[in-house]
Amino acid sequence: MERIETTDVLVIGGGLAGERCAMEAAALGQRVIILSLVPPRRSHSCAAQGGMQAALGNCFKAAGDSPDLHFLDTVRGSDWGADQEVARIFSDNAPVAVRELAHMGVPWTRLRPGSNQYHIKGETVIIEEPAEKAGLIMHRDFGGTAKWRACYAAAGTGHAALYAIDGEVLRLGIEVRDRAEALSLIHENGQCHGAVTRCLRSGRVGAILAKATVIATGGYGRIYGRYTTNATINEGTGAAIALATGVVPLGNMEAIQFHPTGLWPSGILVTEGCRGDGGYLLNRDMERFMVELEPAKQELASRDVVSRHMMGQIRDGKGVDHPGGPHLWLDLRHLGEEHLTTKLREVYEICRDFLGIKPWEELIPVRPTQHYSMGGIRVNKDGQAYGMRGLFAAGEAACWDMHGFNRLGGNSLAETLVAGRIVGGYVAEFAADHQVETETGLVLGFLQETEQTIADWLARDGDGPNVYQIRDAMGEIMMGKVGIFRQGDELAAAVSELSALHASLDTAVLRCRDPGPNPELSFALRLKGMLRLALVCAKGALAREESRGAHSRIDFPARDDRNWLKRTLVRWGAEEETPRFSYEPVGLIDLPPGDRGYGHSSHVDMDISLQQYNETVLAQQQEQGLLPTREPMGASLRPGAWHDAEARAGLAKT
Amino acid sequence: MTDATEVSKTEVTRTVGANGARQLTFEIFRFNPLDPDSAPRMQNYTLQEEPYMTLYRALNKIREEQDPGLQFDFACRSAVCGSCGMMINGRPTLACKTLTSDLTETIRLHPLPAFKLIGDLSVDTGTWFREMGQRVQAWVHEREAFDPDAIEEPMDDELAVAIYQSDRCIECGCCVASCGVANTRAGFLAPAGMNRVARFMMDPRDTRSADDWFDVVASDEGVFGCIGLMACQDVCPKELPLLEVYAYLRRRALGSAFVRKRS
Repeated sequence: MERIETTDVLVIGGGLAGERCAMEAAALGQRVIILSLVPPRRSHSCAAQGGMQAALGNCFKAAGDSPDLHFLDTVRGSDWGADQEVARIFSDNAPVAVRELAHMGVPWTRLRPGSNQYHIKGETVIIEEPAEKAGLIMHRDFGGTAKWRACYAAAGTGHAALYAIDGEVLRLGIEVRDRAEALSLIHENGQCHGAVTRCLRSGRVGAILAKATVIATGGYGRIYGRYTTNATINEGTGAAIALATGVVPLGNMEAIQFHPTGLWPSGILVTEGCRGDGGYLLNRDMERFMVELEPAKQELASRDVVSRHMMGQIRDGKGVDHPGGPHLWLDLRHLGEEHLTTKLREVYEICRDFLGIKPWEELIPVRPTQHYSMGGIRVNKDGQAYGMRGLFAAGEAACWDMHGFNRLGGNSLAETLVAGRIVGGYVAEFAADHQVETETGLVLGFLQETEQTIADWLARDGDGPNVYQIRDAMGEIMMGKVGIFRQGDELAAAVSELSALHASLDTAVLRCRDPGPNPELSFALRLKGMLRLALVCAKGALAREESRGAHSRIDFPARDDRNWLKRTLVRWGAEEETPRFSYEPVGLIDLPPGDRGYGHSSHVDMDISLQQYNETVLAQQQEQGLLPTREPMGASLRPGAWHDAEARAGLAKT
Repeated sequence: MTDATEVSKTEVTRTVGANGARQLTFEIFRFNPLDPDSAPRMQNYTLQEEPYMTLYRALNKIREEQDPGLQFDFACRSAVCGSCGMMINGRPTLACKTLTSDLTETIRLHPLPAFKLIGDLSVDTGTWFREMGQRVQAWVHEREAFDPDAIEEPMDDELAVAIYQSDRCIECGCCVASCGVANTRAGFLAPAGMNRVARFMMDPRDTRSADDWFDVVASDEGVFGCIGLMACQDVCPKELPLLEVYAYLRRRALGSAFVRKRS
């Protein structure tokens, strides 16, 4: 293999967002190379369980659903942190994405006409499903939605979607390099030219030059050490190499989602579909505490709200004792064996394999666990990164920003496919208009820098800490001080402890010097980036003196739309000592900030009109690096389209 | 009978540590093909057992605390991604969901056979499954292009469930490693490949006829190469009904052969 190669499009990350993007670019005639840490079918997209949100409105409890309602739920779910135009593009396109997957072979669970039995808010109900919808895609209930909207393939939705999309990648003959990673971006004067790569089979370093480079490496949950549902590969390398350019900002890195039902203590995910299908949360006294705390939505409030109530129970001594720390119970017993071994089969398997229990007989120990990264590489609505032409991002790695400060369950799978398709189209267009134009000297410079970093790691001796000790310390700090409830003094302590860990990297020592892939070296090369992501997360959280969505400050409990209706941006070049923070408006606002309808919180109102706010958005975002979009800002917003959507669907207007 | 009980009691007394946990011995296959000084060998490690200890936990502890060069693969650590297939006491299975408490105090680990070795317990399942996917053209050969304005084609839920059942394969390679034929004949489609074929064959959205499948399936590289040991079904971590898959494919292949002969 040549040390320096060229292609039209380089996609870093072989999960759903990366592959869907690659598909689109390849179908439009571009030569695409996908780099993936693992064979693409092992990407973490495969672990998404319960569903993918799209307003098809097929079953009885989905009747009257529309992209307008999906838009409203998504913006409210985000606690008004989302870019509303992006939320609109997303909700309008999600039905197409789901139906396209059906076309590609995803075995969506289908609607069975006639009498169906469901568990809704503690009651067993029989509902007559309409005969004219027989065989269409079925929905299940999820948190924070007005209608049943999540489309699903049992509890293996991500797996089924990923296998279908990867089949299309095979069909298109796209080159996939598995066991490969990108270690830095090759860039100059605000233009990206590709990436320095490393093969995890041989340990060899090389460069791939491309007209367009896409980062789709997923989230950065592993900065929380073992306190995450994420796979071991979710180390945020894509966000870290973008940050290292010093040019591209990351957005809202403090916006971290905790999933209410991580298995305790292993952190393995148990889908929201369990509660969607009627599962309960119980405390030590076997009380369904969510009924009293959230009468309207009960167990199906948004994830940030449910997680906070659960931690509140634990704080009040209502947790169940466990050597690893107290937990709560997820009760699925009333759903019965038949339902659990079919529609929630993956949950049954997890209970059997990791707990040795049958979920129709016993309770499941759960506790809120880091799950999703709302923050990421800040991009415009076309997926083009701020400040760097030819660099794009999609999926969890990006801050596109339809999730704001809280993502709704089932919206991320849908995002990967909607964004992949849209961004892939733009990437193809960009690549068709550009050439690979770069000086060999520039490429060699970036290559030598990476080789020097590797040589330094291998040469350093002494009695410094090893990389795994640093990782574990980082995880403890993040979960302990940058967790579900946050407060100023703890965040400040986290920042100083993380800074010390960051400094300790200079003395950290490898014990393995084996030729080849060297697992310890591979991890060491990612650790600095992880620590920097942890630091900007903690610093961003310390600076944000309000509570919004998943960012919950005990010392600033109100959502502050007067001062904080804005997105955190951060830049931190590889050679810079400290990160640089700035802020921008969240985007054009169509649905005015208000109550979410769950999770009683107070808020400070804006002191300017929406019109005044919206007038400044374009200029302020351009100042922060927003690059021109294909269509003008607001072209896809369809302002006011949601106005009577709730009345039309027979819902009380909020 | 009495003797056996006596022996196992002695075993337990001998191995239970001060905190009630066993001292485990791991015998692990080591070989780094990229290191000229490395030769294939077994290496021993000891580890204090913990409650609910999985091999994911155990192997990471060994690597982080005892031998940083040890190669193995994990990603999801929840038995859905298929990364961590290995031979555990001679049986191919997923390491992440294997509890040490279900194993003997001495645990022997080898890489999966039938795949190219990357190093130690890590093998190249990715390349094998990519080639299989290309060979059986593992995508829906649809009737017409996708129409973004149309609603989805209805499908009976029973059929969706059946397709899902077969779509659940996670390509971990355990069935391939367990297969007497796949281990001796490189071209054999192997159980995972057969299951993939059956998945598309039963999907009405795929327009390929039994005749189109004939050359892929009805040869000794396909379903007639199977010698019927059926270890694949025993070891499949997702409990796929591979026996039924083989029966289904044989039936379809024979039907197709019959039609060909008559015409």
